[in-house]
Amino acid sequence: MRLFLASVLIPLALMICAAAAELRAPAQVTAGKSFSLASTGNGKGMLYLTGPGQASKRSVMLGDEIQIRGDEVEHAGRYTAVICDSGNCAATHFFVRAAEPAKVSLLVHPSRVRVGQPNAISGVAFVFDKFRNLVLSPTQVDFKAIPKQGAAVAQTRATQNGVTWIRLTSATKEGPAKIGASLGKVSELRVVQQVASEACNLRIKPDWNGGKFFAETEPVRDCSGNAVSDGTVVSFTKVDASGKTTVDVPIKRGVARVQMPLKGNAKILVASGVVTGNELSVEGRQ
Amino acid sequence: MKYFVPLLITAATVVLIAIAWVNSGGMERERMRSSRTSEEAVRLLLTQAQARNWDRAHALLANASDVEKSAFVADLAGSNGSLLTFANLENFDLWPLHKTDREASMRVKLHYSTAVGPLEDVRDLKVQHEGETWRVVWPTTTVARVAPQVIPVNYLRWDIINRGAEDDWGVQNVDSPQVRILSMNALQRPDRIVIVGEVVNEDTVPAYVNVGATLLRPDGSTFAQESSFDKISHTLLPKQVSPYRIDFPEARMNQVKSVRMDVKSLLVAASADPVIEVSDQRLQTDALGKNLLLGQLLNQSGQVVNIPHVVAAYYDDSGKVIWVSDGYVDQALLPQIPVPFAVDLPDDVAPKVHNYHVNVNYFNVNRS
Repeated sequence: MRLFLASVLIPLALMICAAAAELRAPAQVTAGKSFSLASTGNGKGMLYLTGPGQASKRSVMLGDEIQIRGDEVEHAGRYTAVICDSGNCAATHFFVRAAEPAKVSLLVHPSRVRVGQPNAISGVAFVFDKFRNLVLSPTQVDFKAIPKQGAAVAQTRATQNGVTWIRLTSATKEGPAKIGASLGKVSELRVVQQVASEACNLRIKPDWNGGKFFAETEPVRDCSGNAVSDGTVVSFTKVDASGKTTVDVPIKRGVARVQMPLKGNAKILVASGVVTGNELSVEGRQ
Repeated sequence: MKYFVPLLITAATVVLIAIAWVNSGGMERERMRSSRTSEEAVRLLLTQAQARNWDRAHALLANASDVEKSAFVADLAGSNGSLLTFANLENFDLWPLHKTDREASMRVKLHYSTAVGPLEDVRDLKVQHEGETWRVVWPTTTVARVAPQVIPVNYLRWDIINRGAEDDWGVQNVDSPQVRILSMNALQRPDRIVIVGEVVNEDTVPAYVNVGATLLRPDGSTFAQESSFDKISHTLLPKQVSPYRIDFPEARMNQVKSVRMDVKSLLVAASADPVIEVSDQRLQTDALGKNLLLGQLLNQSGQVVNIPHVVAAYYDDSGKVIWVSDGYVDQALLPQIPVPFAVDLPDDVAPKVHNYHVNVNYFNVNRS
């Protein structure tokens, strides 16, 4: 009995396999480009094509070259093609790689940075083809940093797995710096605002005007000489016979100024954030 | 006999009306209307104020002709969008301080319910005996009015344009502000653990800040999590420092191994205006024996500040923050008109206070 089954079923299976269609795909397929699958067999069959973000089904003639349109393989990744004929199916897998680099995305961080901070600015470039596939093959990206004043700095970096980056030290002068990444004719530009650092040598002076006492800072600058941004809060504290008075005053046009009524002798202190300034002793009336 | 039934019906109607009047508190109203005692006079006045029957309440004053009705109403019910305008006088307690045949002094504690929680106001009222009745002498205050003037305001204002939803991936956005916790001090109070400290906006743009804390058990699991809620100035201008306080009710130090602090900041549109001066600050003990930090707020700008909120940090002699207290001021800040404030601090903390710093936060009806 065993001998009978073996002698009948094995030749039958071999006959079925011999009759099934075969499918062959090219070794390299580029996203968005048409190509053909080689098939064997004859008669009509059904082609199933699945891949990243893609699934399709259509009738094909076996034995011919099966044309795959470019718009069926726009997403890079692993695809599977299956042809079926009378219940017999054959499958093949192929990889679609990204097309030519066509777009660069640039991430620059932070959007604001203090002056003189080493390696504080990072620019990361991602290279994509026109179908938004990450281009994994090494590509040269030109980075450029253009400060508000002074010469631009350029560096060329090759991508690894579709990404490359640079680190930059912020300038010693405040102002916007443009960070760009270009790839052939395409480029992206970002702006990083370089802002003054902590107030340095914060000093106040008395000012009598119309019989009223004003405490006023000298122009508030950081240690590099940059004007501290308008709107930065300066805290004035006055201690006199009436008690303690505090006013948080924003810097306006480079200086912070506040009117403070005096009763007798008073001591006036100034601070901005964690920075303290000089102490002023004033008499009640002039 | 023919008049008996109508008379009976009439008598029954009168009796029923009388019963209804008594049941509806008419007797009490009539008794209080007469104000035969100083206590009744104050009760009657405050009952009318509670019902917002301002004409009647004002008419009850002994010095009605000297007290502007608008000032009287503003005194009890607020004005200019202040906290009291969003409050109800829930009830009051009163007790006599001093009494003669002709006059008396009464202390009243007014209990308001407000949008930010209960608010108490303690006042001493003078009551006079006039003829058969007693009447309250209301302190003569006038409605503060700002002289017509032009106040130029040219402080900075920050507006934000964020990345749009339709923008491509990788398009630049604006970063959140850099904020930093300057100090943190965990304290065991009788009924809770309290974390106090200060936070600074180190950036050049305004920040909306919230400080959170997580208490961790010895095994590293979370015991409790809380945030500073309203015990902080949430909107910080560049380089502005705010105290914060986080309360963990019912928690004990021996249940906790460590604390994890977390500060979150958001970029917000803000204005550097108004500037509020905090003057005449002093620590004092009030008539009830409570330790208070008193002072005055002066709005140096041209716009009305509806609801001021005072947050005060107290430091010991080594400069460490040892307590943070806060309080809402029930009056609006009109330009250039000083308004007093008071925030309390615990009895055991007061002797250790070496220095303090007051921060003024505010909420406006039209913008914040």
